[in-house]
Amino acid sequence: MNTPSTRRLVLETVVAWLALVLALAFPFAMRAIDAEFYISVASRIGIYAIAATSLNLLLGYGGLVSFGHAAFFGLGAYCVGVPIAEGFANGWLGFGLAMGVAGAAALAIGAISLRTRGVYFIMITLAFAQMLYYLANSIKAYGGDEGLNISRRSDFGFGLDLKDDTTFYFVVLTLLAAVLIGLRRLVASRFGRAIQAIRDDDVRAESIGYPTFRFKLLLFVIAGAVGGLAGALMVNQQNYVNPNLLYWTQSGTLMIMVILGGVGTVWGGLIGAAVLLILEETLSAYTVHWQFYVGWILLIVVLFAPRGLAGLLVRPRRSD
Amino acid sequence: MSGLLLIEQSLNGLQFGLMLFLLAAGLTLVFGIMDMINLAHGSMYMVGAFVAAWLVELTGSFLLGVVLAVPLTALFGMAMESTLLRTLYARDHLSQVLATFALILILNESVRMIWGSDLPLSAPAALAGPVELMPGLSYPAYRLLIIAVGLVLALALYGLVAHTRVGALVRAGASNREMAMTMGVNIPRLFTAVFGVGAALCAVAGALLGPLFAVQVGMGESILILAFVVIVIGGIGSVRGALVGSLLVGMVDTLGRTLMPHLFREFLPPQMASAAGPAVASVIVYLLMAVVLFVKPEGLFPARG
Repeated sequence: MNTPSTRRLVLETVVAWLALVLALAFPFAMRAIDAEFYISVASRIGIYAIAATSLNLLLGYGGLVSFGHAAFFGLGAYCVGVPIAEGFANGWLGFGLAMGVAGAAALAIGAISLRTRGVYFIMITLAFAQMLYYLANSIKAYGGDEGLNISRRSDFGFGLDLKDDTTFYFVVLTLLAAVLIGLRRLVASRFGRAIQAIRDDDVRAESIGYPTFRFKLLLFVIAGAVGGLAGALMVNQQNYVNPNLLYWTQSGTLMIMVILGGVGTVWGGLIGAAVLLILEETLSAYTVHWQFYVGWILLIVVLFAPRGLAGLLVRPRRSD
Repeated sequence: MSGLLLIEQSLNGLQFGLMLFLLAAGLTLVFGIMDMINLAHGSMYMVGAFVAAWLVELTGSFLLGVVLAVPLTALFGMAMESTLLRTLYARDHLSQVLATFALILILNESVRMIWGSDLPLSAPAALAGPVELMPGLSYPAYRLLIIAVGLVLALALYGLVAHTRVGALVRAGASNREMAMTMGVNIPRLFTAVFGVGAALCAVAGALLGPLFAVQVGMGESILILAFVVIVIGGIGSVRGALVGSLLVGMVDTLGRTLMPHLFREFLPPQMASAAGPAVASVIVYLLMAVVLFVKPEGLFPARG
């Protein structure tokens, strides 16, 4: 059975393994050429890739245009940052709390927001994220609008030292790989198929007998929890939590990464995060007005590559 | 908490609400007629404020500067609509978000390249002082001017939309675009005009609020989201809804900021009260929107029949 879709699958597997090998070799190569700075840049890309991938699950597969994903990202960050500030640096506790609280918040926000649709869904998710942003601003005990400096990193035991850039990089890489594999498996599962059926036509899916509301809510919770995981990593990367992690432009940036990379593609979040952050990193070295050029590049992508960068690499799949 | 303070804060709320309306009116029509999410609407507000500040400096007259800035910004908005935004109407919301977010970046940096990160703009000297409204209550003359201009423009816009032929065409477009086009309404041309009016109103708001807040890059982003809150509360596409929503949000936001700390002081230590008050006030606006969406998902005055 040498159909185009199996050939594509083989090609994708080869590319995935190649990317993994390159990613594993990357920190050693950077150390060899004395460019350790780029290891932490790569970790940042990995963290944003996790967050963007979790958002892509909602945007691409659930058809739920959430404009408040920064809420979960920021909650995850505060759930790790605040206990560390209080002296509890246990990583299992912090990361568990981050995913748990972000997931619980997603359950509450989703239960209300999913009753609306279309533009109203976009706006109500945005509203909840903004509420959390202002709440974070008001908590003076944890830095208020100035944010909170974290002196330590999460401690996972087993001699895992997150302060070491290379170790941290491998932790991020492992989690990113897990998230990407998880996304792939989820999308292909019964639940994933049902979610896509709901996205395409929720009335039809409901009449077949799928509990559409509960499935969408479950999807929202999964995406929220993974977003919280990305936030937990972010604190460890920048040793700093501040309310801006929850601001609407942060939700916007995550959304931009997904759209840039490719909505509804497994690799979209990673490609978008990598391209946007590398562009930022490269252009800001040359000019203070780098946003001007990033803006034009985004505009060109949206005008000439409507399906994102991942859409340029693979031809559109016929509806089979 | 005296009655005078309450009156003063209500006037501030009215003033802020009217300025929000100037932003929200254009946004709601763009959204309602073309079903287009335009995140760059806040950038028009910024561009208007910078052009005004620059012209005020150049001409030496506040009035002349502001009056010239309005048509310039309108032209700029119409040019942007007919070259770029027009190609986005047929696209999905996600593409519109990406493209107009890109526009925010481009316009922010363009303004920074031309004028720097901020420009000084102060109220005209003649209006700098307070006016005594009644014994014991004096109110800044400049803020009264803003209220007056806001009221006049709101009435004019309402009259235009509700009682003229052009307004009927706009309402027809917001209610059902395809039907309006089938009936022979030239939607593309109408729309460029609507966009121009929206940009002009943004410029008025930006120029008038400039002396109160600050004319700086990024000023559009925070107020844009409030304008979105307004139009969602009011009902997308409805100018009347935008007016009610603006006044509601302006009042709730302003009064909340003043009253909340007072309220909290009753049962919280003063330090916590002064910190929690403004935050809770900011949250109330969003809470209001969430409640409205929950109870009336189409907003208070749905435009689509």
